[in-house]
Amino acid sequence: MTEKTAHEIMEDADFKSLASQKNSISVVLAILELFLYFGFIALIAYNKPFLSSKLSGAITVGIPIAVGTIVLSWVLTGIYVRWANTKYDLLVRKIKEKVGG
Amino acid sequence: MQTTIGQVHATSILFFILFVAVTLGITYWAAKRTRTTKEFYAAGRSITGFQNGLALAGDYMSAASFLGIAGLVSTKGYDGLIYSVGWLVGWPIVMFLIAEPLRNLGKYTFADVVAYRLNQRPIRAAAAAGSLVTVLFYLIAQMVGAGTLIKLMFGLPYEVAIVVVGTLMIAYVLFGGMLATTWVQIIKAVLLLGGATLLVILTLSQFGFSYGELFGQAEKLYTAKFLEPGGLITSPLEAFSLGLALMFGTAGLPHILMRFYTVPDAKEARKSVFYATGFIGYFYILTVTIGFGAAVLVGQKIIMGIDKGGNMAAPLLAEALGGTAFLGFLAAVAFATILAVVAGLTLAGASALSHDLYVGVIRRGVSAEKEEVKVAKIATLCLGVAAILLGILFKGQNVAFMVGLAFAVACSANFPALLLSITWKKFTTKGAVASIYTGLVLAVSLIILSPTVWVDVFHAKEKAAVEKQIKDLETQSKPKIEALEEEGKTVEAAQEKAQLETKTKELKASMPKAIFPMKNPAVISMGAAFLIGILLSLAGREKEAEDKFEEEKLRTYVGIGAE
Repeated sequence: MTEKTAHEIMEDADFKSLASQKNSISVVLAILELFLYFGFIALIAYNKPFLSSKLSGAITVGIPIAVGTIVLSWVLTGIYVRWANTKYDLLVRKIKEKVGG
Repeated sequence: MQTTIGQVHATSILFFILFVAVTLGITYWAAKRTRTTKEFYAAGRSITGFQNGLALAGDYMSAASFLGIAGLVSTKGYDGLIYSVGWLVGWPIVMFLIAEPLRNLGKYTFADVVAYRLNQRPIRAAAAAGSLVTVLFYLIAQMVGAGTLIKLMFGLPYEVAIVVVGTLMIAYVLFGGMLATTWVQIIKAVLLLGGATLLVILTLSQFGFSYGELFGQAEKLYTAKFLEPGGLITSPLEAFSLGLALMFGTAGLPHILMRFYTVPDAKEARKSVFYATGFIGYFYILTVTIGFGAAVLVGQKIIMGIDKGGNMAAPLLAEALGGTAFLGFLAAVAFATILAVVAGLTLAGASALSHDLYVGVIRRGVSAEKEEVKVAKIATLCLGVAAILLGILFKGQNVAFMVGLAFAVACSANFPALLLSITWKKFTTKGAVASIYTGLVLAVSLIILSPTVWVDVFHAKEKAAVEKQIKDLETQSKPKIEALEEEGKTVEAAQEKAQLETKTKELKASMPKAIFPMKNPAVISMGAAFLIGILLSLAGREKEAEDKFEEEKLRTYVGIGAE
């Protein structure tokens, strides 16, 4: 591919929308993950009594929160894959067709 | 409870021989398909997303994390659970920021990506240094852990265990390359996940399949404190720094990054992170359950009687619930786990030596296919032998800090340069090289000066001596004070008490101190690596690199031109 076509694609509306969508979803999800984990750590550092309070029987609030952090991290990766497999790949295909044509 | 841990079991030998036979068979099959560099480093890009998810999980679930986390939970309760959460949270970051661009831009190593539009030689030399240091520290920790664990479980002499692990691992990588290494990893991941699942089912069956019942009994035995956060996080800054290392270190581990080149395209790369995160999260939940189960069903006294760190909690629980046959199976799985992890590490190290250092730096990027494969194999052999020697050299040493060090180097030396090269147009060669070396040197030297190494490793004897003096002093003075109090001489008792306190204080002041106060330097070393990389790039423009950014961007997002 010549420099010019690369430049042309960069100016294409589809590519611009692809890049900005991908950037925002990546950044938003990464920040969510940071909040999730460091929020958990902050709770341990600053609010031990809350995590130590009983939920039911011997189970403390901290246990589902810790397990929830693990499960939610996985769910976030699932959200990303779902978005990418449908919307992202569609745009990629569209752009590739343009380059081919 | 009587335990047969440390004895050689017929079942464990049987399972182990079966595992070795199957994996060597796979290596033979893979050897015929491992001729080109693409086949040697990247399994011919023939691995599916699901398979790679299992292999990634296999790379990450080491024997140390399985036995170590179960042990930590069984002895420290909730704190062990906190610890396990930290090991998972790096994976979403790998997914959102690294996996797809890495796959689209690179060929075999993460240096391919950093060097994409920058000056090849200095970048490859720096990236190879970052990779090798990360891999070597990780490898030493795994080898020493392997020798110790195998000695504990099978009663095999330390050196013999190291040589067996080293030789088998060399055979996998040398003959079967990435294809064999990946399948060994997949088999091990399935065995480990299956074994842990079975152990959890057996455990929960003892509690009517109710977690409430399990935690209820744990509370009865070890008080409510066992289910509450304890002393793991004392300093928020320290916890933040460790969190940074775990989150961004995962995205800078060469043996993990290398796996993304084994799948055909970015789509499969992203799928593989989703599967890997699921498997690893599931594995940690199992391991934590096993830890609590072991605390209740085996008991802390027995667990710590066999190994102070609690490493034998899971095997002991397996023996208690499934007899020696299950113990033997689990021991063989632990052995297989160690083998698979060191094989993956060795391959990553070998690729840094051959692809980045030999071809990229010494041959200036020009090398025949056959020659590179040959060099990669020589590098594998050298690293394998080095792993055996280092394992023996570090026998009996405290190497627990080395995995932490590997993560600190990964997040400080490898991750900032990788991220900036993908996302920032104005990133320059000077910026990248300085960022990598800054992260590398700072991470390593600050850890050496930290309490974990400076005090606990270098000045361990002095520390123990002072601790003993304090204890002696207390045992001497306490009866004296009590006697005085009984006689009603409160003034003298108070004087004696004050004296004891000042003396203890003096002794504590003479305790060896770390030069750098934090246990984990990531907040400083990673921060400095980003800062230096950005500042130096802003200081001088690199026109050529900026011109190539459009092409790189296109490849990053769309995958046009990806190999």
